[in-house]
Amino acid sequence: MSTPTTNRSAKTFFNKLGIDLRLLGMIGALVILCVMFDLITGGRFLTPRNLFNLSVQTASVAVMATGMVFVIVTRNIDLSVGSMLGFIGMTVGALQVYYFPDIVGLGHWSIWILASIAAIIMGACLGAVQGWVVGYLTVPAFIVTLGGLLIYRGAMWWVTQGQTVAPLDPTFRLLGGGADGTLGETLSWGGGVVSSLVAVGLILASRRRKANHGFTVKPMWAEGILIALAAGLVLGYVYIMNSYTIAKGALPRIAEARGIELTEGLTLYHGVAIPVIILLVVTIGMTLISTRTRFGRYVYATGGNPEAAELSGINTRMLTVKVFALMGALTGIAAIIASARLGAVDVGLGTLDELRVIAAAVIGGTALAGGFGTIYGAVIGALIMQTLQSGMASVGVDAPLQSIVVGLVLVFAVYIDIVYRRKTGA
Amino acid sequence: MTNKTPLVELRNMSIAFGGVRAVDDVSVDLYAGEVVGLLGHNGAGKSTLIKMLSGAYGADSGEIFINGEKAKIRNPRDARRYNIETIYQTLALADNLDAASNLFLGRELVTSLGFVDDDAMEAEMRKIMTRLNPNFQKFHEPVSALSGGQRQSVAIARAVYFDAKILIMDEPTAALGPQETQMVSELIKKLKAEGIGIFLISHDIHDVMTLCDRASVMKNGKLVGTVDVDTVTDDELLSMIILGKHPHQKEA
Repeated sequence: MSTPTTNRSAKTFFNKLGIDLRLLGMIGALVILCVMFDLITGGRFLTPRNLFNLSVQTASVAVMATGMVFVIVTRNIDLSVGSMLGFIGMTVGALQVYYFPDIVGLGHWSIWILASIAAIIMGACLGAVQGWVVGYLTVPAFIVTLGGLLIYRGAMWWVTQGQTVAPLDPTFRLLGGGADGTLGETLSWGGGVVSSLVAVGLILASRRRKANHGFTVKPMWAEGILIALAAGLVLGYVYIMNSYTIAKGALPRIAEARGIELTEGLTLYHGVAIPVIILLVVTIGMTLISTRTRFGRYVYATGGNPEAAELSGINTRMLTVKVFALMGALTGIAAIIASARLGAVDVGLGTLDELRVIAAAVIGGTALAGGFGTIYGAVIGALIMQTLQSGMASVGVDAPLQSIVVGLVLVFAVYIDIVYRRKTGA
Repeated sequence: MTNKTPLVELRNMSIAFGGVRAVDDVSVDLYAGEVVGLLGHNGAGKSTLIKMLSGAYGADSGEIFINGEKAKIRNPRDARRYNIETIYQTLALADNLDAASNLFLGRELVTSLGFVDDDAMEAEMRKIMTRLNPNFQKFHEPVSALSGGQRQSVAIARAVYFDAKILIMDEPTAALGPQETQMVSELIKKLKAEGIGIFLISHDIHDVMTLCDRASVMKNGKLVGTVDVDTVTDDELLSMIILGKHPHQKEA
């Protein structure tokens, strides 16, 4: 039992670290879930193999969830992302199977690049149109994107008359992860070390900037702990991914791809999966946009008080178009990951993803009333959702009960968030 | 003052909302270094009139002249280009952002890479607050966590910081205690001395009599009249507001 004094000192401890209670709560929930599933399954949950799959499965929803934060922060909603993902996936699938080979030749190296660019542009355009209808024609986002949900699902069928598109371009498929779609051991370590150093550099640069303005800065030990946490998290993850061995059957193929001679007793490890790298880049980019750019500032200002934003000279209609276009572009990226992971696109791709994405953003602390929400929160929210689902599957909870539990968790998480907001007055 | 060009001249301004003529053919003007009070009941059209100057509403008809030149003000960005700053009655703060973000909203300071420079903005916020409200300490909290007076000082800081030439204050003291009201009065006198023209919307006749040079009274969207405050009594001003009677005009 903690006494009030230890409570208070714990609070100041985390205050000094600059970690808020909400973040702590989410990480706590995630850790508890992982440990719980690991105990129930007798150590089969927290294995490199399962964590690899978990992070790959989270990537597509988490990428979209970062965009959903902006949409919800500006007091809108996007119900169309699941269908849009399917439509984009089907279209670029058809492009790389039926069209690009005729133009550049079958198996040409540029196909995956063309397909990826097409996916992102298509998403941005579809999103911009929805944003324009919401912002300029003032049709509520709920209706516009509900329409989008139906329209894209129908349009998706039309692309190939309902046929499944397969097989996707081999290079394109690497973007979905799997044994081939990883950085490999050496690159993973290299990337891990570089990103740790960048994180340390950023923390120290921010500290120096604040000190230059004469502001009080965190105590050095607090910065030290933050640095250790950041570097530890990155390198720890790389370590785990680098201890996931590649199965015997895939060994000759991977060894050839990595240019390693296949010898008796050779063991290869996965390393960090490419979709996880994509998620990382998206998360960093979106965090930068939300905290360090005018556009991001206007997103939050508009969500906090649309009238004040307008009076401050912010063009809130154009902002709505941009927010939905960004959501669309991220849906395009998610479509790349999702279709590449499966290696084929059928008409069901992305079904119900909109609800997973919205749930991830909301569990991550994005307020539906607008104005509040963080990118890292949405990513952790997506991780929590995926952990819950894979965990229950591995424990053997049957499907109907799984969705009941996820539903209850969603409502409970939002209730906790409301209580937290009331207490902190934020 | 009569031989100079007015800083602002609103000529024959009209605007209607769904058949209600909120402002009907109103003309007022303002000279540099002058405070003009806008008086009238709730719904008289004061705020609406002023929102056409600040760019929040587009006028149905009428012309705006700034320094004698015709000005096109269609949105708040246009108004800011003419150095028109407004303190709205609602304060128009984004409650979820901190004080510095609100001060610079729409005009953020950026680093050489084009990123928002929060530290520099906080430093500027601290500078201006030592002038306006030295007790102000909550720089890192969202403004929803601030008291009425503190919120007001953020809104005032925003109007003062950017070298306003024309300042519109819509009920600036409505939410304030006596001490803070005093502070706003001092500020108005100081800004006036610096040559800024101020439109002061107020309910408080006493405020208007002490702070303003002239008062324009509105009733039901129409201008009752504009008077030098030295030439009228409190009661005469009151009867303009309530009865819509101009004291220096004989009724026909």
